[in-house]
Amino acid sequence: MASIIVPAVPSESRAGRFGVYGGRYVPETLMAALVELEREYDLAKADAAFQAELADLLKNYAGRPTALYYCKRLSEQLGGAKIYLKREDLLHTGAHKINNALGQGLLARRMGKKRIIAETGAGQHGVATATVCALLGLECVVYMGDVDMERQELNVLRMRLLGAEVRGVSSGSKTLKDAISEAMRDWVTNVRTTYYLLGSALGAHPYPTMVRDFHRCISLEMKEQILEREGRLPTAVIACVGGGSNAIGAWHAFIADRQVRLIGVEAGGRGTALGEHAARFRGGSPGVLQGTFSYVLQDENGQIALTHSVSAGLDYASVGPEHAMLHDLGRAEYVVQDDAAALDAVVRLARTEGILPALESAHAVAEALRLAPTMEARDILVVNLSGRGDKDMGILARELNLQGA
Amino acid sequence: MAIRFDHKPGLVIYLTAGDPTLDATRAVAVAAIDAGADVIELGVPFSDPLADGPVIQRAMERAVARGVSLRDVVKLAREIRAARPAAGIVIFSYFNPILHYGLHEFVDAAAAAGADGVLVTDLIVEEAGEYLIEMARVGLAPIFLAAPTSPDERLEAIATHCKGFIYAISRVGITGTQQTMTSDAASLVARIRRWSTLPVAVGFGISNSEHVAQVAEFADAAVVGSAIVGLIEGSTPEAAPGAVARFIEGLRLPQAALAR
Repeated sequence: MASIIVPAVPSESRAGRFGVYGGRYVPETLMAALVELEREYDLAKADAAFQAELADLLKNYAGRPTALYYCKRLSEQLGGAKIYLKREDLLHTGAHKINNALGQGLLARRMGKKRIIAETGAGQHGVATATVCALLGLECVVYMGDVDMERQELNVLRMRLLGAEVRGVSSGSKTLKDAISEAMRDWVTNVRTTYYLLGSALGAHPYPTMVRDFHRCISLEMKEQILEREGRLPTAVIACVGGGSNAIGAWHAFIADRQVRLIGVEAGGRGTALGEHAARFRGGSPGVLQGTFSYVLQDENGQIALTHSVSAGLDYASVGPEHAMLHDLGRAEYVVQDDAAALDAVVRLARTEGILPALESAHAVAEALRLAPTMEARDILVVNLSGRGDKDMGILARELNLQGA
Repeated sequence: MAIRFDHKPGLVIYLTAGDPTLDATRAVAVAAIDAGADVIELGVPFSDPLADGPVIQRAMERAVARGVSLRDVVKLAREIRAARPAAGIVIFSYFNPILHYGLHEFVDAAAAAGADGVLVTDLIVEEAGEYLIEMARVGLAPIFLAAPTSPDERLEAIATHCKGFIYAISRVGITGTQQTMTSDAASLVARIRRWSTLPVAVGFGISNSEHVAQVAEFADAAVVGSAIVGLIEGSTPEAAPGAVARFIEGLRLPQAALAR
């Protein structure tokens, strides 16, 4: 179970804190680059031309605003709450990741960086980064764990087609965590010429804030759309939480609306023992991993635990620091759905609404399937459908025996 | 017991503790001290060593798989201290094992074991408030890394908070060997000297007597890590202490003597 450690004391001198969480725990070599990134991001944020170019690309290239779709058949079958889907899966490249990749890609170009590196788990961030690099004419190297390269092979091929170099990572668990470590090693080595385009609301300041800001458009649109459709705010916004970028983007505009429940769904994997899941808020405790202080799955010696999830994008031992704060404050609720429930949710959504969700997003759908029947007809659930499931066809074919009789 | 560089140039020897075994690390450390190492850095195995190159990554992976913990490393420091009372001993760790142990409990244990200092790879001065208070309480030397990319204001802060020595990183990048020294190191050490009279040790990529001689021209000590860890990887546990001792003796010999 979670052990209690001495928490870091919040301090004025510590940049990028979410309560006691966040901060900058990096090798000294990276500090100048992080300070420069923070300064450049602040300038870009205030620059109308930068914001206008980003808005134009989000609209005309990525396909924003995304639809808010009412699942009539599914809601009627389940009885209870009305279920809406925020269709981030309809974005160019197939997931919410493009929002952040476009924002940071423009920032990298503004900073004069010609070489981009990124990590990827499910491959969606890698594909989004490779896409933006192609668009902006930048060199792109993506680190990906060997296990993830195998299970998300389609995305590996897409990245290569887009001109990116995909480098396999064979250390540790050979998944997202190890891809981040390898990307950080590259960045430490090439820090003078290279921009690290981190793909989740993780890592050292300013990444958790910057990535969240680039995804905030999700909740801003969602709020406007649900008010237009229903005339009131949703009962709950449900999102899967790996590093936590889609969830924080889907929630941020609702944090001040205390009546809106924010429900994050972590990966329950295939069991409750350490190593069998990625439920940081159930089995983890505060610690430092890859630049930030947050909840971490770790053993009795402070070694980072291995994780498992059928979805590569949720298969990570830590979680973004803003989520750690929202958890401790009780503002967001974090629940767990396991591999089997996610697979069931894929089938249910595909066959009821004709929508194939990514395995990551299917964890959020699974929670909606559980919750909706327990609620009233006036309740509204919005599920952030963060990505589409085309990339998962290999896993789905195997797990659901689609090629058999 | 204190961090002193009596030899010229000084030598700091890094060992990944527990690779191949804790007993072997103890024997290697003692042999290294007898061969002329001024300071031993005991590397705490960590599952995710993001500042380390392949050699130390592999050593850590083996030690983590054997279950070697920070607690074991503190015990090892105590044993080395008992065997060689005059040597400098630094515990070199990523931050998470220390946080999990408990900052307060860890500094008490490290000081009681007779360690002289602690270096935390992923702890920068801005995040080190409580750590510095705890370290000062027990009289342990906090050693910070200074990088070629650190601007002057950061070097000033690092120099202000370091005790024992300042660890100057020879080049951008992760740990591991390189063919030639870059000009980064000399200019970094010159910048550090503007704010500190502490000894400056230069590390990352120092693997032979030529590198050590180059470092001796502008710094007080050289840190040798991956080259030693690699040597241990290629030796049997029995042969490792002798091999490391011969290697260390060779590091202070001029190239010409080695060629003969």
